[in-house]
Amino acid sequence: MTTDVASTSNGAPAQAPGVFTPEGAIGKLVRVQAFQILLVLVVIFLIFSALAPTIFPQWSNLRLIIQNMSILAILGIGMTFVIVTSGIDLSIGSVLVFSGVVSAMAMRAVGGDGLPTAGLGILVAVGCGLAWGILNGVLVAKAKVPPLIVTLGTLGGALGLSQVLTGGVDIRDVPSILSDNIGYGNVPGTTLPLISLIAFVFLVAFGIILHRTRFGLYTFAVGSNEEAVRRVGVKVDRHLILVYSISGGLAGVAGILSLSQYGTTAIAGQSQTNLNVIAAVVIGGTSLFGGVGTIFGTVVGLFIPAVLQNGFVIVGVQPFWQQVAVGFVLIIAVYIDQRRRLAAARGTGVKRRFSLGNLVTRRK
Amino acid sequence: MNAPIIELTDVKKSFGPVSVLKGVGLKVYPGKITALVGDNGAGKSTLIKGLAGVQPYDDGVVLFNGEQVHLHNPREASRLGIEVVYQDLALCDNLDIVQNMFLGREETATGIFDEGRMEREASETLRSLSVRTVKSVRQKVSSLSGGQRQTVAIARSVLKSARVVILDEPTAALGVAQTEQVLNLVKRLADSGVGVLMISHNLVDVFQVADYISVLYLGQMVASVEASRTTSDDVVGYITGSKTYNGEAA
Repeated sequence: MTTDVASTSNGAPAQAPGVFTPEGAIGKLVRVQAFQILLVLVVIFLIFSALAPTIFPQWSNLRLIIQNMSILAILGIGMTFVIVTSGIDLSIGSVLVFSGVVSAMAMRAVGGDGLPTAGLGILVAVGCGLAWGILNGVLVAKAKVPPLIVTLGTLGGALGLSQVLTGGVDIRDVPSILSDNIGYGNVPGTTLPLISLIAFVFLVAFGIILHRTRFGLYTFAVGSNEEAVRRVGVKVDRHLILVYSISGGLAGVAGILSLSQYGTTAIAGQSQTNLNVIAAVVIGGTSLFGGVGTIFGTVVGLFIPAVLQNGFVIVGVQPFWQQVAVGFVLIIAVYIDQRRRLAAARGTGVKRRFSLGNLVTRRK
Repeated sequence: MNAPIIELTDVKKSFGPVSVLKGVGLKVYPGKITALVGDNGAGKSTLIKGLAGVQPYDDGVVLFNGEQVHLHNPREASRLGIEVVYQDLALCDNLDIVQNMFLGREETATGIFDEGRMEREASETLRSLSVRTVKSVRQKVSSLSGGQRQTVAIARSVLKSARVVILDEPTAALGVAQTEQVLNLVKRLADSGVGVLMISHNLVDVFQVADYISVLYLGQMVASVEASRTTSDDVVGYITGSKTYNGEAA
């Protein structure tokens, strides 16, 4: 037994040492799910471009795709943070609606079509989103209710309250400054939708927060091993509340953007939003088990359904097939994640038994 | 004899109606290894969680270097230089070695992580513990073996000039050769002047490295002896409550 240990340890099956060499860097990149899914996206893009070269790859069409994705991208940011902590937020669609409703009512009450009214609307929407996010966070972190249940509850709560407030009738008064500029306007002097630029700014800002700051590192750490993070003195409860607040606050931002884009509170229009966003985040390589994920992956994950939808329409396939295709991509993405996790678990399990001698001390 | 770096007097802790620590005293000396032994449920874990600041004591006096301190949270303990290596290692699988070693105390330069400095310090610490098998400090912990994880956990504890390191069953999950290596590591820790408090169920390990042995029995410290002045049989007697220790507390 002891000899076994010793021999295995000497021939320590070097843990993918190539990872740290230059050519290994490419290998590492290929193993990142966000990159794999990017390749899938490129293939889909090339297929549609070949089938409809005069329509699909044109800027006017691509512009449409990114314009339609922008609101989902904002929601995807918050969802990525939440899922990285191994949580889930089902309430975003309802919070979006609620924020839109309250914001629209506030703007209607104040009246006017100008910047002050719009500014008020933005603040109210973000405030409502934050409030729901904080409620989610407190219930998850302090009351220890599972996030699936908490956000299922607030999903119903926010949607129900929106209907109570409006009597179930959509509000269609949106200040024209919002609909003209944010909703369908372009960045001045370009043909780039302003709403997409807004989404891009949020993506970059929160991408930096997630991948370059202490807050982001703790987000990954909490999702990886909550107890370990607690033990080193990080305020885990506060962190979780902040993460759910981000998700709620961004749903509030999405609420005002949706109001601007569609000119209505669209109370019944967001019932699938949470699932679509979760699907995109997971397709983009963020693990439902927490601790793994990227904002970049989420963007790629959002592009796949959007490009499929758009492409199917253009090449004349019934767009319903998009849901079928996205469903399978989602399952495959999670299957790959599972397999990788199981492989990792098996790997360490085996090593734990046979190559503990990797711990080399002065004796050697 | 040196003054103790940690001295607990009459420490108490209850969970609801259950009194887990009923007035415990304990001394840990710098440069020495104190083994904390006792049967399951004797209160060992509760005692070290109090020292770590994770579950503060209800009552009692904690002297650190002769001065009274209050350990209300992990940061407080960490600031004094009290570090704990938990049995389940408490590492984040999805983070790399450097991120794990610096978790909760990242080095920053003008607001952003000072990755270079953290990498350097992590490597130096591992080298000072004579760890050579870790290929890169940027490896994810999930790719490490159990022994390497134990190394990272111990290295983490000494990264920031620890004064006291508390090891919770450091050899529990290890095979023979690895136990030997970890015990050597523990001895080197003590030789560097750190006070070591080691929880263990394995009396062979205890007698191999410990300078002092403290025995908890049902929430009370029933014996504190120099390892060289007692025997395994006596210690088993204290642990099971079949023998009473009459000597002076060491």
